[in-house]
Amino acid sequence: MTPTWDELSIGTECAPREYGPLTRTDIVRYQGASGDFNPIHHDDDFAQSAGYPTAFSVGMLQAGILASYATDWLGPRNVRAFGVQLREQVWPGDHLVCSGHVVARDDADRTVDLELVVTRVGGGAAITGTATFAVQ
Amino acid sequence: MVDKSAVGATDDAFTMPVERGKIREFARATMSSAPEYADDPVAPIPPTFLTTVSFWSPPGQSVFAKVKMDLRRLLHGGQEYVFHGPPPVAGTELTVQTRVEDIYEKEGRRGGVMTFVVTVTEFRDAAGILVAEARSTAIETGKPATKEDA
Repeated sequence: MTPTWDELSIGTECAPREYGPLTRTDIVRYQGASGDFNPIHHDDDFAQSAGYPTAFSVGMLQAGILASYATDWLGPRNVRAFGVQLREQVWPGDHLVCSGHVVARDDADRTVDLELVVTRVGGGAAITGTATFAVQ
Repeated sequence: MVDKSAVGATDDAFTMPVERGKIREFARATMSSAPEYADDPVAPIPPTFLTTVSFWSPPGQSVFAKVKMDLRRLLHGGQEYVFHGPPPVAGTELTVQTRVEDIYEKEGRRGGVMTFVVTVTEFRDAAGILVAEARSTAIETGKPATKEDA
């Protein structure tokens, strides 16, 4: 059930959720869905020619997973803003944990602001994000 | 090398149909289980769905061609989407136009100048109303890209 306005206050947390291990198939599926066919995300030879050990995930894939985590919580039709900063790279085999909490409430607009993060298990923050949702 | 004179440049507007099957495909690829995306004939778009605009931009006329970034030294730094109301739904046709908002440089922590290119894409509905905006920050690193320099 989507939380109601009265159930959301500053500090309210969304239950953390684990995704992964991220597979090359997940990466290729996202590249097909998004239209970003940069070979650095699926072609090891190309990635190595640019100085990376292997191909690595698309930043917007883990950003999209974070967006799904937020809309699964507060509702796909309620999102009014979503922004990310891309930090650590994500590699095939990584486990990711999404978490988030309410940082602001606007009584006049009936919106809440969230801070969100994708953390690599055994690593650091891969994506930090913010979102605004309208809440009934 | 990034061409700083590209600030203010725009591409030509084009249209992007918002398709139900594409929404379902994108939601699955981003690991959403929300039935709104999978089963609703007038599904809303996922928050980062507008990245699929690349399927509709006419080849060769992207503003990035004017900026002249080096793809091997390119990092995606950040991305923001704003929706002026509920997100657009399947069946909508959006008119899309991108402009180069800013280009600036910063010294990387390990030396080497990093160049930041900020673009803004506007999405308007059939009535010409601005329904969504996407702001993207791309980074060209001074050396081969590694996140430690960011």
